[in-house]
Amino acid sequence: MKHYLDFEKSVAELENKIEELRHLTSDSDINIAEEVTHLQNKAERELNSIYSKLSPWQKCQVARHPERPHVREYISALVEDFTPLAGDRLYGEDQAVVGGLGRFQGRSCVLVGQEKGHDTSSRVAHNFGMARPEGYRKAQRLMNMAERFRLPFITLVDTPGAYPGVGAEERGQAEAIARCMEISLGLSVPVVCVVIGEGGSGGAIALATGDRILMLEHSIYSVISPEGCASILWRSSDQSRDAAEALRLTAQDLDKLGVIDRLIREPIGGAHRARTETIRAVGQAISDCLKDLSDKDPDSLRKERREKFLAMGQKGLS
Amino acid sequence: MNWITNYVRPKLQALVSSKNEVPDNLWEKCPACEHMVFHRELEEQLRVCPNCGHHMRIGPTTRMKLLFDEGKYTRISLPETIQDPLKFRDRERYTERLKKARSKTGEQDAIQVAHGTIGGQKAVTAIFDFSFMGGSMGVAVGEGLLAAAKLAVEKDAALITIPSSGGARMQEGILSLMQLPRSVIAVEMVKEKNLPYIVLLTDPTTGGVSASFAMLGDIQIAEPGAVIGFAGARVIEETIRETLPPGFQRAEYLLEHGMLDMVVPRNELQETLGRTLKLLREPLLGEALPASGKGKKAASKAAASDEAKGSSTAESEKPAAKDEKSGKKPAKPEAERVTEQ
Ligand SMILES: [Zn+2]
Repeated sequence: MKHYLDFEKSVAELENKIEELRHLTSDSDINIAEEVTHLQNKAERELNSIYSKLSPWQKCQVARHPERPHVREYISALVEDFTPLAGDRLYGEDQAVVGGLGRFQGRSCVLVGQEKGHDTSSRVAHNFGMARPEGYRKAQRLMNMAERFRLPFITLVDTPGAYPGVGAEERGQAEAIARCMEISLGLSVPVVCVVIGEGGSGGAIALATGDRILMLEHSIYSVISPEGCASILWRSSDQSRDAAEALRLTAQDLDKLGVIDRLIREPIGGAHRARTETIRAVGQAISDCLKDLSDKDPDSLRKERREKFLAMGQKGLS
Repeated sequence: MNWITNYVRPKLQALVSSKNEVPDNLWEKCPACEHMVFHRELEEQLRVCPNCGHHMRIGPTTRMKLLFDEGKYTRISLPETIQDPLKFRDRERYTERLKKARSKTGEQDAIQVAHGTIGGQKAVTAIFDFSFMGGSMGVAVGEGLLAAAKLAVEKDAALITIPSSGGARMQEGILSLMQLPRSVIAVEMVKEKNLPYIVLLTDPTTGGVSASFAMLGDIQIAEPGAVIGFAGARVIEETIRETLPPGFQRAEYLLEHGMLDMVVPRNELQETLGRTLKLLREPLLGEALPASGKGKKAASKAAASDEAKGSSTAESEKPAAKDEKSGKKPAKPEAERVTEQ
């Protein structure tokens, strides 16, 4: 059963009708085949029109769509010989952050990302992509490994935020996030970060201080979730839609604000409708960035990365 | 740059915020133990409750007077930054909220940067003003931290950041989140010059502020009872449905969990900071300097400190040169220093 978002109702109706027709008859029935094609074109036009003008709140739902490709899928499609590495060597293994060594387009890399999981048991195992300090400290360990072996460091960001729990606080959630940024900003190897779904606040930026910050077209990246913002500023989470508008959390707005370097187009109807295509587009974008960064020496990488963040916040939205 | 010293400042303050003045004869209730405290006594106690020791919040001005030697410091003006980059509006326009905070505090934003000496050691402070929109960190605060770091480097001074903040300023959206890495860069600027970076965590230090510059100090000090944490206690309680242990996210709790070096009462802060800075920046006192052959004491000390000498002779010229520059203590020949002790 396909998962439709509430603003996709018209598409759902068309696609259900197409399914019904397909069940009704064999392919030889020309009239029905024509009708199916007609409906398919209509559905595509409908999707196109919906997705070309998604509101920020709708984008939040697309970014969180359960069928949107997650980190594991990206890794298995884009990375050969992926060798997952576990543990922070201090306390535990946090599967909210997956990472390891692998070969991206023939080149050894270190990859890290937040994995949300795809069904109940994997969601629980990955804690819905909400990392504890151990996850961030594992990421730090892998950053240091990338540095030691001079391998590019690639991150895929997809998290509602860092996990808010008693143990996480006791073990230094804040410190773990801060240290991630400190180490990442100091790396002398290329660092490419892609927000593929949800970029939830501090939990996201811990893995997003790179030379290039890319964002999928319908992903979001924000200082606070619209729900959280609404409950604080509007004193009611019913106002999440307004908060999503006000926060300017879309890839398009972040591009205008100079916070991201590149926006990666998603196929019509969003990443969840064309996973392979989306993953390929992300792979291509990472590859372009790595090519771009490949002839930079360690010092200029660090220096330019720093300058890039220092330059942020000079332009606003009109 | 427009330098304003605290000699001018009180007059300005009096003009701007006279309405905040509390007459000396008023009583104040301690929010922790509900004890009524005579206002003047409370001020004398640095706003620490004489009954229960609760540390009430103090503003940057009081803080600077408290920390800098003889209460003397020089504030620097901070770079102007973009106003309301997102054109943010919730139930109220962000520009309106800013206007109110500015007229309430007489300040441009939630951070103040100053320099001076603490225990004779050069220091730059970057202090958050909780009364300015909850001390929230937006572009202006980030710029303030960067300016403080640059000033520390320029003056060859330690950097002390003193957060009191609910976290990132939501009204600046993603740009407030970007102050996390930007503030980390500020810290790195100071660290790569081998200057001390100390964080004094005061109530409260939460959210994005805790997850950036505030957790990266060479030394982490907190005031007693300060709330320090990443996620809000309410969020943890409501979303995760975990019961919070007693004292959760308080300074003492963090100390117990290895997140802080020390919890220091307000009246001991200046001494602690001064001593710590001196230990970091003057590794060799007169006595420990390599002996030039004069006096028994010097000879025996030199023998005892062979190891120290070996690792830091290259540095031993530096403190003397610094003293000269600041005009504080003229550099003395080594032998003279030794006998002086
Ligand atoms: Zn009290």
